Amino acid sequence: MSASDADQNLLTVPLNDQHVAAGGRMVPFSGYSLPVQYPTGIMAEHKWTREHAGLFDVSHMGPCFLTLNSSSGDPDTDYTDIAAIIEPLVCGDILNLKPGQIRYTLFLNENGGVLDDLMVGRSPLHPGALYIVVNAGIKEADFARLRAAAGDRASLQRADNNVLLALQGPQAANVLSALVPGITDLSFMTYGTFPWGDEDLIISRCGYTGEDGFEILCSPQHAPPLWETLLADERVKPIGLGARDSLRLEAGLPLYGHDLDETVSPIEADLGFAVSKRRRDAADFPGAARILAERDGKLSRKRVALVVEGAPAREGAEILDADGKAIGVVTSGGFAPTLGKAIALGFVPPEHAAIGNKLQVSVRGRLQPAEAVAAPFVPHNYFRKPA
Amino acid sequence: MTTKFTPDHEYIRVEGDIGTVGITNYAQEQLGDIVFVELPAVGKVLKKGDEAAVVESVKAASEIYAPVTGEVVEVNSLLTNSLGTLNTAAEGEGWMFKIKLTNSAEVETLLDADGYADLTL
Repeated sequence: MSASDADQNLLTVPLNDQHVAAGGRMVPFSGYSLPVQYPTGIMAEHKWTREHAGLFDVSHMGPCFLTLNSSSGDPDTDYTDIAAIIEPLVCGDILNLKPGQIRYTLFLNENGGVLDDLMVGRSPLHPGALYIVVNAGIKEADFARLRAAAGDRASLQRADNNVLLALQGPQAANVLSALVPGITDLSFMTYGTFPWGDEDLIISRCGYTGEDGFEILCSPQHAPPLWETLLADERVKPIGLGARDSLRLEAGLPLYGHDLDETVSPIEADLGFAVSKRRRDAADFPGAARILAERDGKLSRKRVALVVEGAPAREGAEILDADGKAIGVVTSGGFAPTLGKAIALGFVPPEHAAIGNKLQVSVRGRLQPAEAVAAPFVPHNYFRKPA
Repeated sequence: MTTKFTPDHEYIRVEGDIGTVGITNYAQEQLGDIVFVELPAVGKVLKKGDEAAVVESVKAASEIYAPVTGEVVEVNSLLTNSLGTLNTAAEGEGWMFKIKLTNSAEVETLLDADGYADLTL
């Protein structure tokens, strides 16, 4: 067995002591020291989240606020102005978000490649403000991009020195509503501000596990009691980054830096839903020419979801067709605890990505059967309020 | 019978000219839940330090290296149906393969229990 030790200058999150006290195994991740697992291990944590509620510390991520420098006095005008700052960077319809609504969208480069995926929320309280959460590894570039787009029209307030918790799983709503009664009003992909003690928490009903759940932005000083209070509920256990990754993989959700990068377009990545209709019709987003052509069928590769027989096919494993011809590569893969088998995401020419297609993967030089399946691997369990 | 260890967290329990090889309890703790194991073919000749097997946890694959030179004479078929044994009894029933030593002097170059314990403090 080979082992490697990382000695880097790692940042610690405000709840570092709590993770260590809970037996968290701390590892370097995106420049931070974070728990990859707690004593029960990834498999048990994964299953606990699918069946009960898992509490994740995702404080390494990049929450921030973009706020107009001056109000016109008219709420609609203010929102139009703030949406106009971010829309040229992304392919989503931000202008038509309702107050409190969140949208998953993508920063794109001029070639239509994905610079990052992010969440953008329209403030329910301040018409000229957006709540944005970007990925950890590239948040400095994302913040710089937002500042450049804002110029002197708006200001970016980083909130990544706060604590961002994710409470995920079928019991998450019951657990959290006992502390914060109003959260049952939230539907999937909405957020609001909720008092807890003398603090206002920003709580969004979203996450990246495929389960119903919430992300909670909290100040560093209030985070320890919130963490302890949530964990005092027997339905809640702390969950590390290891299970976070296996949960998102089962949910068929792409991970930036693995399944998404600057060369991959939203259409190739099977994220066509993130290219909003209004933006498509206007063709007014970066890389529109490529993305619209790909949407019309002119694409050379497509994200495929694979169920793999035998050993897990990890990132970098070659994908071959049934005849043994190399046709693509795995971008993330591992073991699916819910399914008890190996699964993977990767890219292949579109004709090979059809559901039911028999493919192969090369693991340590050995060919193993794989089948293209519909993503997600495990059905999503998001909470949508009846209309 | 003598048990020796490698700095890469394999152990070898030597009886006569047969060594039983597996991963240490420390190694299985570090790996976490093991979800797949690839064992060497019986009859395969391995040089000390050759990749002999692979164990995979949810997160990652880890190579297992031959602690000594020799021929694989048996693999632990129990692991095929009961992978969890690698986590619950790594240094007992969860052994991985047996190797027929061709150079028993190599055993002396490995760590003893105290030397290995110092490594994993």
